Amino acid sequence: MSMTGNTAEARRNDAHVARLLDMYRTMARIRAFEERAEQGSRDGLVKGAVHLSIGQEAVAAGVCRNLEQSDFITSTHRGHGHTIAKGADVGAMMCELFGRAGGTCEGKGGSMHIADFNVGMLGANGVVGAGIPIAVGAAHGIRLEAEAAGRPDPRVVVCFFGDGAINRGPFLEGLNWAQVYKLPILFVCEDNAWSATTFTRALSAGPGPAARAEALGIPATTVDGNDVEAVDRIAGTLVAKVRGGGPAFLLATTYRLKGHTAADAGAYRKAEEVAAHLARDPLPRTAERLKALGVEAGVVDAVVRDAAAELDDAYARAKAAPWPDDGLAFTDVLDVGAGTWR
Amino acid sequence: MALTYLEAGRRALAEAMAADKRVVALGEDLGRGGVFGQYKGMQEQFGPGRIIDTPISEAAIMGTAVGMALVGRRPVVEMRFSDFALCAVDELINQAAKARYMFGGQGRVPVVVRQPIGMWRSSAAQHSQSLEAWYAHMPGLAVVCPATPADNYGLLKAALATDDPVVYMEHKDLWGLEGELDAAPVPLGKARIARPGRDATIVTWSKTVHVALAAAAELDRNGVSAEVVDLRTLWPWDKETVFASVRRTGRLLVAHEAVQVAGFGAEIAAVVAETLDDALKAPVRRLGAPRIPVAYAPPLEDRARVGAADIAAAVRALVATTRRAAAAE
Repeated sequence: MSMTGNTAEARRNDAHVARLLDMYRTMARIRAFEERAEQGSRDGLVKGAVHLSIGQEAVAAGVCRNLEQSDFITSTHRGHGHTIAKGADVGAMMCELFGRAGGTCEGKGGSMHIADFNVGMLGANGVVGAGIPIAVGAAHGIRLEAEAAGRPDPRVVVCFFGDGAINRGPFLEGLNWAQVYKLPILFVCEDNAWSATTFTRALSAGPGPAARAEALGIPATTVDGNDVEAVDRIAGTLVAKVRGGGPAFLLATTYRLKGHTAADAGAYRKAEEVAAHLARDPLPRTAERLKALGVEAGVVDAVVRDAAAELDDAYARAKAAPWPDDGLAFTDVLDVGAGTWR
Repeated sequence: MALTYLEAGRRALAEAMAADKRVVALGEDLGRGGVFGQYKGMQEQFGPGRIIDTPISEAAIMGTAVGMALVGRRPVVEMRFSDFALCAVDELINQAAKARYMFGGQGRVPVVVRQPIGMWRSSAAQHSQSLEAWYAHMPGLAVVCPATPADNYGLLKAALATDDPVVYMEHKDLWGLEGELDAAPVPLGKARIARPGRDATIVTWSKTVHVALAAAAELDRNGVSAEVVDLRTLWPWDKETVFASVRRTGRLLVAHEAVQVAGFGAEIAAVVAETLDDALKAPVRRLGAPRIPVAYAPPLEDRARVGAADIAAAVRALVATTRRAAAAE
């Protein structure tokens, strides 16, 4: 892709462009997934509530670009983006949303409990902030395994949560724990400004999430969460630091371009507010940046087209998939006393 | 060699930790032996990395245990008092109990959650509760209430061996109880006939087993033969043993220290009534605490207790009932 010849600088530039294009592909796949989840919700194919991460794709893509498959993440009720960025199969995810056979969780979890342990995605969560202690525990588990094996373990955990979670007790308990035991975890607070239908800052005391982390001695960095290059760069630095032990905190400011759920038009927000954030939409912004770096428009457009085709296929396959066997309602409950339901 | 109930639990955990490096314990003050001494000497033996002193953060203790388990560890969680475990209800009920199911079997949560229960001595409303029925209600959890040193050894070993989350409820008034350990394993879900009898079955668990045994001894002196069934595990509960006993005696009293209203005795009474109606010589009876918080002053606290005299009186009333006696015999 380089236009400047085979110099060291050009090679670095090529690598940077390739990496950015790769993250753009992840963002486009997340956007395409979310748009179809929204459509599926309107069409009655998605059976339950679905919380869309449209507008927040750069955080998931930029952070997860710095993770290995053996690293772990936990996520939130708005977790499709993180799951896709960590490498989960979008076809199985769509089946899970539709409640069809072949879903990531056999139809038992749905959107809010999306998980793919094969790629280190330890679960979305229906309870705000509940993923924080679980992520901290996974990091503690890595430490325990390393101690039992008598050798260092390079794995890290990234814990995604929203701005609303900072007002829950597990936020304080989990961050304190991570710092006390110096665990390999990166906390990523995705500040999309809104806690369900309430403006978060109206009900959060103090200067914000980063200050709360810093109060516990955890170094906090703030990044424009709609700038995927910046997220990637800073997350890369923090993940490398965390791999050596000791937590870090990343506050990524972004914006939820849709309502709280697909059924929420978000009419409580001022039109100017939404318009201002639409102008900062990370997808067109990244596309423009790629073009400015010399990537041909056709290549950039093809990324979006390919993502659309892939997710159209996932949508069609999920729609055509059979319902799961209802006997699955009775599996994976408890081994002790298995088969006793009353 | 006789061991106390407390020492039996400590031995079971120490043996499991020696045999399996994945087993760790976490909770407040464990390095100093735990609030009752159940972990005494264990940090010296296994190190602070495996007997983990935690902040007073019940939600994080329980929640981190879930995360540890999901990545392959086998944590034992010490909640200090079952009352304090209420600070970690989301982590236990919404996370630990459901993770395996919600994620379609992708992860397991082999966590043993130790929650000491029961009235002790003037510990009032926040340090005395018996909350076993709450957890028996929740799909995804096993619930264990050992009554003897042998069972605190055997059942804790069984709880440590399963890949299911187990709520393990020791009784605070039994720590000093001495008894011989049994070499045979104690499976989860298997009741024990603590005392055989002919005229009535008393199903009970935890400390109330000993209260019921005292009642049975007194009844025996007055010519009434009561069978005492120590349920040991509330979920899954041993219907086979309970049904067989009730078929023999024709009468059932369920007795427990917890509040009677919506206690686990209600479940047993209902299932027996639904299943064994033709074997029952008298309607089933329950005996639990009145629906009052546990008070501090001894005479007030005692009003919440189910005593041996209460159990004996209930059994006498059962035996005096002759409903359907003609039809059943």
